[in-house]
Amino acid sequence: MLIEAGHYALVLALAVCIVQTIVPIWGARRDDAALMEMGAACAVASFVCVAFSFVALSHAYLVSDFSIRNVVENSHSQKPLIYKLTGVWGNHEGSMLLWVLVLTIFAALVALLRRSLPARLRANALGVQGAIAVAFLLFILVTSNPFARLSPAPFEGRDLNPILQDPGLAIHPPLLYVGYVGLSIAFAFALAALIEGRIDAVWARAVRPWTLAAWAFLTLGISMGSYWAYYELGWGGFWFWDPVENASLMPWLAATALLHSVVVMERREALKVWTIFLAILAFSLSLVGTFLVRSGVLTSVHAFATDPGRGAFILGILTIFIGGGLALFAWRAPVLRQGGLFAPISREGALVVNNLLFSTACGTVLVGTLYPLALEALTGAKISVGPPFFNLTVGAIALPLLLLLPFGQQLAWKRGDVAGASQRLMAAFGLAILAALAVFAFTRGGPVLAPIGVGIGAFVTIGSVVEISSRAFGRGVGWRLAMRRAFGLPRAAWGTASAHFGVGITVLGLAAAAWSTETLVVMKPGDRAQVGPYTATLERVVPRSQANYREDVGLLRLTRADGTDAGTLEASKRLYLTRNMPTTEAGIRTMGLSQVYVSLGEAEPGGIGVRLYYKPFVLLIWIGSVFMAIGAFWAMTDRKYRVGAPVRAAVRAAEVREAQA
Amino acid sequence: MTIWIVFALMTGAVALAVLWPLARVRAGHAADASEADLAFYRSQIADIDREAARGLIGAGEAEGARAEAARRLLRARDRTSPAADASEAALRRRRAASAFAISMIPLVSLGLYGAFGSPHIPAQPLAARLAVDPAQLSLADAVGRIEAHLARNPDDGRGWELLAPVYLRMGRAQEAAGAYERSLALLGATPERLTDHAEALVLANDGVVSAEARKAIDAALAASPDLAKARYYRAVALEQDGDRAGARSMLAALAASAVPDTPWLPMVKARLAALDGTTATAAAGDPAIRAMVEGLAARLEGGGGDADSWARLVRSYAVLGEKDKADAALASARRDLAGNEAALARLGALATELALTDRR
Repeated sequence: MLIEAGHYALVLALAVCIVQTIVPIWGARRDDAALMEMGAACAVASFVCVAFSFVALSHAYLVSDFSIRNVVENSHSQKPLIYKLTGVWGNHEGSMLLWVLVLTIFAALVALLRRSLPARLRANALGVQGAIAVAFLLFILVTSNPFARLSPAPFEGRDLNPILQDPGLAIHPPLLYVGYVGLSIAFAFALAALIEGRIDAVWARAVRPWTLAAWAFLTLGISMGSYWAYYELGWGGFWFWDPVENASLMPWLAATALLHSVVVMERREALKVWTIFLAILAFSLSLVGTFLVRSGVLTSVHAFATDPGRGAFILGILTIFIGGGLALFAWRAPVLRQGGLFAPISREGALVVNNLLFSTACGTVLVGTLYPLALEALTGAKISVGPPFFNLTVGAIALPLLLLLPFGQQLAWKRGDVAGASQRLMAAFGLAILAALAVFAFTRGGPVLAPIGVGIGAFVTIGSVVEISSRAFGRGVGWRLAMRRAFGLPRAAWGTASAHFGVGITVLGLAAAAWSTETLVVMKPGDRAQVGPYTATLERVVPRSQANYREDVGLLRLTRADGTDAGTLEASKRLYLTRNMPTTEAGIRTMGLSQVYVSLGEAEPGGIGVRLYYKPFVLLIWIGSVFMAIGAFWAMTDRKYRVGAPVRAAVRAAEVREAQA
Repeated sequence: MTIWIVFALMTGAVALAVLWPLARVRAGHAADASEADLAFYRSQIADIDREAARGLIGAGEAEGARAEAARRLLRARDRTSPAADASEAALRRRRAASAFAISMIPLVSLGLYGAFGSPHIPAQPLAARLAVDPAQLSLADAVGRIEAHLARNPDDGRGWELLAPVYLRMGRAQEAAGAYERSLALLGATPERLTDHAEALVLANDGVVSAEARKAIDAALAASPDLAKARYYRAVALEQDGDRAGARSMLAALAASAVPDTPWLPMVKARLAALDGTTATAAAGDPAIRAMVEGLAARLEGGGGDADSWARLVRSYAVLGEKDKADAALASARRDLAGNEAALARLGALATELALTDRR
């Protein structure tokens, strides 16, 4: 009963979303508050329906109801509870349901946070959101219904793909989906602005918190996915320029550009057309990512739904939304009024450069990802565009971006002063050079570029501290006043500084990767191998048996050069019984920010193949991304986004007058 | 039926929620929108003032920015919303919107659910299904379910393999042979599967080893020469072909290779004794066999024995040379298995084979 009610709720949600697509947009055209308000009611109702449906499916997973085909194919009665739950979205059908759930959550939030948005913008945006939801609900119901039943029901399921039986599945996809789908809000707002033919700073203010949220989740989702790949796949790497990774990186690059251009719109009402275009682009790229993963065009760890029928359906959705969005853009963009002017050297100018570089990076990744696919489709030739291409091109674009970042933050709006900005950055620049030289002097080996990378990372990190300090300290300002001024800065400024700090930290982590070591040895119990500054001893290899897998566990002891003990680690090779599928579980020992990483290979005549890596400061890469996300959330809490009602604005204006007095 | 009431309630609740704003919001345009815009621009001017006061931007820039924001403020103020049109038109619009929603929601949802839903299938959580006492789930019921499943998925080899021994136990040897044949075709030949198939064929053929069964046994033995069941039926086949000496030596070798407590050992010994024309009284002295037979008898007296166990008991007594007890066991077996035609037929065959006094 619960299952069928969940199925019916999903269908009901589709019906409601059809109403949501039509009525509010009609209401906005006629300026009818009641009809526009109906859009909000629809958004909340469809959220409740989809949430109920999701709960029903999750319940079926938890109680192992094998009368649902989806549960049979992706669950197993002996699986730990947490993986029964994460199995809900560890497959194509369930993950699409999660996708739509997130979409309706966002639509419901837009509907409920009514005070911060102009009514017509909100109504049109809800209409666009409704259309997206209609397309995806129809896709789910017609091609990939998670509620398809089996009768009579089998007594056991086929288990979840073992690679996905990991806590990473509980974290990575939901974060990534919130990010992907969050971009749909920016898309919906962009189309709403085009429909209404009006876009201004109020629009930018409305869009910015949503973009910040989506960007923060996307950042966390990508970085958690990368950490998951790092410890689960056993290759020791964290980014492979896999097409699916690129598919998530492209919307991120576009969203980062959007984030910065929206700032210009909000402050100066400039870059209107460009911002609208970026908003359409960012969501289009996340749709492309969804398509690439699910159409069977790509083979990858992520490609769990390879079905040409679904591919054609998603291609249709893609054409309608990207084509429709761009057509609307081409038709209506000339109507938009031009905004404020600015000198080339100014904060706006710096942000334009930022946007150009980010879009170039995005275009480069797009070409590198799609070119081999297109070539194969047209000529049948198989080529592979691999890490060397991406490292070189994206690296070349990232370099000026990183160097200009601290400068841009020092430039004033409208007209900037390069000399002043450089002067304020002198200290940061000097410290960065010192850091690079010190690294160069004290390390051996590693490429020449690595100390330069450390210098750049240090420059960005220290530059972000200067963002705050240069605004707090002025001529003749004492410590105490400076501290007060620093804490008085808008939260958006602190958020920006934190995100830029995170960028610097990540660059430091990436630069340190140059000093990592990799050794492949065949070891017997008792053998030793050198891994970075440590000596690893294979103590023993023991077999173990768990509910749904068997594993061979290698226990290694690490000792420092002076003979003291540095702890142990366990690496294992697992065999999942139901699918007869092997996986590797890397053994990782964290020492400060560095890690020793061990993965077991095949058993060979003279022992067992063991890969040993030493990764100095590798954690900085992910810690940096956490700083970026924290920065975005911090900026979201800036009070100007919480204000919306005229009453509160008046109170604030009074506060400001008091503060000035 | 309940499920349709639930669906109707869900549809009604959603339709009400969607129409709610029509009852609550006054007609006319949203006046607050431009108010919010004005507030935003005012706050922007205030921000500029604050930054100028902090010395974050120069006085000239601040003046320029303030002027720019003020221009936007004026523009927002000038952008007067078109007056809300007559209430007559608004009323028509509301009627149209509510008619659209009220017709759209049930039509689309019932139509699509009709196409994709399965309202007749109840939820079947695994725990509840396992909690059903297998004793309550009749064997025929379980077999029916498996048969229904196999009718839809005839290529499920494991299903056939599961079903075959159940058929055999129910005395449906012919169907068991068919099921083994399917599992052989789908899952491939293994010595065990070949032998099981042969056994089903033999039982279906009233104990005669047909050429087909013989071929299966030979194939099984070629792959796995130690397979006891296959060796037994090979001996039976030899005996039927008239090669009593060959049968005898095979059975003797089989009996010699068996671990003492093996359940099929008495059967082999009985067959051996029948070949020798003697009853294996020697075995009566073996306390282990004695204890096993007594244990089996005690268990069967308690009731609930199947045809296999009864046959084993009868045969054991016959092999031990205790004809009276064998006769008595046969009679008990007939009582216990009354109604099971296949089992009774088998007992009859057994009585004939062992030359027992069969009191029907």
